Amino acid sequence: MLSTVISRLAQGFVVIFCLLAITFGLIRLMPGDPFSGEKSHAEHIIKKNKERFKLDRPIPQQFAAYLEALTRGELGYSAVKEQPVAKIIGQSFPASLILGICGMLIAILVGIPAGIISALKKNSIIDYGAMIIAMIGISIPSFVIGPLLAGQLATRVPFLKVAGWGDPFDWILPSLTLGLATAAYLARITRGGMLEVLNQDYIRTAQAKGVSQLSIVLKHAIRGGIIPAIAYVGPAFAALITGSFIVETIFQVPGMGQHFVNSTLSRDYFLLQGVVILFGALIVLANLAADIALVFLNPRLKSNNA
Amino acid sequence: MTSLIHSLKVSALLTSVTLAGLMSSCQQEAPVDKYTKEKVLLIGNSTEPQALDPQIVTGVVESNIITALFEGLCVQHPSQEGIHLPGAAASWESNSDFTEWTFHLQPNGKWSDGTPITTADFLFSYERILTPDMAAKYASVLYYIKGAEDFNKGKNKDFKSVAITAPDSHTLKLELKAPTPFLPDLTKHYAWYPVPKHTVLKHGKMTQPNNPWTEPENMVSNGSFKLKTWRFNDQIYVEKNPLYWDADQVKLNGIRFLPILNPYTEARMFFNDQLHVTYGLAPEMIDHSRQNYTQNFKQDTYLGTNFLRFNVTHNDLKNLKLRKALAFAIDSQSIIDNILKGGQLAAYGMVPPMGEYQPPHVLSYDPQKAQQLLKEAGYGSDSGKTLQLTLLTTDKESAKTIAEAYQDMWKKNLGIEVSIEQSEWKTYLDKLTKLDYDIGTGGWIGDYPDPTTFLDMWKKGDGNNRTGWHSEEYEAILRDAEQTRDPKQRIKKLEKAEALFLSEMPIMPSYWYTQCYLLHHTVQGWDPLLLNNHPYKFVDLVAETAQ
Repeated sequence: MLSTVISRLAQGFVVIFCLLAITFGLIRLMPGDPFSGEKSHAEHIIKKNKERFKLDRPIPQQFAAYLEALTRGELGYSAVKEQPVAKIIGQSFPASLILGICGMLIAILVGIPAGIISALKKNSIIDYGAMIIAMIGISIPSFVIGPLLAGQLATRVPFLKVAGWGDPFDWILPSLTLGLATAAYLARITRGGMLEVLNQDYIRTAQAKGVSQLSIVLKHAIRGGIIPAIAYVGPAFAALITGSFIVETIFQVPGMGQHFVNSTLSRDYFLLQGVVILFGALIVLANLAADIALVFLNPRLKSNNA
Repeated sequence: MTSLIHSLKVSALLTSVTLAGLMSSCQQEAPVDKYTKEKVLLIGNSTEPQALDPQIVTGVVESNIITALFEGLCVQHPSQEGIHLPGAAASWESNSDFTEWTFHLQPNGKWSDGTPITTADFLFSYERILTPDMAAKYASVLYYIKGAEDFNKGKNKDFKSVAITAPDSHTLKLELKAPTPFLPDLTKHYAWYPVPKHTVLKHGKMTQPNNPWTEPENMVSNGSFKLKTWRFNDQIYVEKNPLYWDADQVKLNGIRFLPILNPYTEARMFFNDQLHVTYGLAPEMIDHSRQNYTQNFKQDTYLGTNFLRFNVTHNDLKNLKLRKALAFAIDSQSIIDNILKGGQLAAYGMVPPMGEYQPPHVLSYDPQKAQQLLKEAGYGSDSGKTLQLTLLTTDKESAKTIAEAYQDMWKKNLGIEVSIEQSEWKTYLDKLTKLDYDIGTGGWIGDYPDPTTFLDMWKKGDGNNRTGWHSEEYEAILRDAEQTRDPKQRIKKLEKAEALFLSEMPIMPSYWYTQCYLLHHTVQGWDPLLLNNHPYKFVDLVAETAQ
């Protein structure tokens, strides 16, 4: 198991390196630079700023210098915000982490039970109802759900605000917006997984032996039925943690998502690279965690991995 | 199975009961009411500032915060243009031709840590911003000072060559390269603000990039407020500076600047009592706000012009009559009435009317004249020539709507098919700069209330020109105006320069900006200003006026 983890981490390292190298090159090939704006600046000022950030060098030299700084643990300075990239990410990550965890909790607490109930009540009104709601949840984008929640819920519930990130109550609406869409996916995946397991012979055997339905579901069906959901939860968790530009701007959340979009638009090379490294690492780790969880749920995978 | 469903139902019921309990126990006071009592202003400020060092930043967002923290030699009057109030300088005078200015600093002026503000701070600040190694993007705002441009461009290495002197600790003398009657206005620009020499040098070298002196725990400032907290992408809080020379005048205890990027979110926050002032207002929200928030809706004149650039190096657009035909075919008023809806004025010149300056009236909507000009240009319907033009604009949805209006008017009035190309912001700027476009949208906000802020950019080689147009005669008139001592004569010459510029039509002025925003009725002392640069020390929050 340990060797598998080490191997996966090594693969992940290569993936992150490739991701960084591709992003590094592509963003520099885009027109413009961090210093261009509606009001242009004198050529000698632009030249000086490019020298400062080593942007006057060929791209391979820039990449070598960046990697060399990375080995010292330095992510560099944002060329637009004039702040250390590590500081910008450090200040934004907590909000994204909270939002991601709350969103995931909502997704799991809503999506998995809904999927299980749908599977147990297959082809009933409850099943159809839950799946229609799930389909609606998948189809409606967050830029519609977010303002709806802000406009309809926040204006009626006293402790909710339409936007802002001051106290824990402010986590509710953005977490709901993020979590409900993921819950919809989870419900459908869980339903599928559960239906497959519930049709297995050992479930029918247990029913024939008179084991209670609750025991059958809790002891025998769930373990196998939620495997597809767990495989989905890993990457989904990474995606939720890394933030959502739309949800963050709708609810004024000081998270990471906007850096990903804005650093690209403003050609903030170093901030984008820092964000890419973090996103890559989170996705690698979340996938690894999901794989480990799957091995525990399905021991046969252990021998396959070995 | 039934028991499992039952237990889930019970859980859901318990959750809803708990939520209901929380809802009833959490009746909270609206943020605006709470902060009005505490005299803390809540301002929407669009986005996270680039930095808080006045000598590094370049934008309006940063200016809004920096004017609370720092103060230039003169201060903007809260409601009247052209009146300069004492700031870091208690008084000032100039010679008769406005080329030599003497500023007398506040005798009791102190930085927020109690250190006296002296001319050493100003000399240090101006040397810092002009030093080439600093690469300050707004250094050019100080080029009015004799020797400043050469020093900034490295042509002269000695700062003593810049005509700034300090006969004593509280007297600052500036010698300018040309008569500049509007210098007090210039000193209100943040590039002219002093920075604390002792603090900057305590945390790094003078021109050191990313000197941490602006961190909340380090920052020392001379304005009516001082920095308390700076939470990235969340808020910046400034509190009243008790050591400010005019602290008795300051009515607010603090200001919270919220970087709200989404204008719809910002409007929702205002409608739900979470903000005192919004940064702006999306065009789609203007009618709703005007009807439902009559007393809160504000529509102030703003010193800016929206226009179309013509690439005069383009094979067809180098034809002046074609450019004029395209310009006379546009009904800007219709765009204002049907799309923008913010009370903008249809522009007939590049420079918005200001003070005694009246832009020459050389443009109006005249389809017949446009058709005649098109024919004279050789592109009439019987000419057999086909025009293939593209209008370059940004990738915003509103930009597309306006571009489609232009496209429709050219089709309807001239029979010309113009395609639209939308580019994301940096690509759009890159294309404009490289003249890789036919017709391009554009806008310009003045840095100070003087026509030169709109006219200098069209000189040959200026990075903001982006049209390929230049004229020796135009630049000669500008140089003549620069050396003119009589302010009235100077204005006349600037009007003449603009008339020449517009007769060549390298741009088509479209409309003069307004600033639409929402203002809570508890806010007092917030009056319309051309540059929207409200001096916070005159702003107050008065709860008893609530309706």
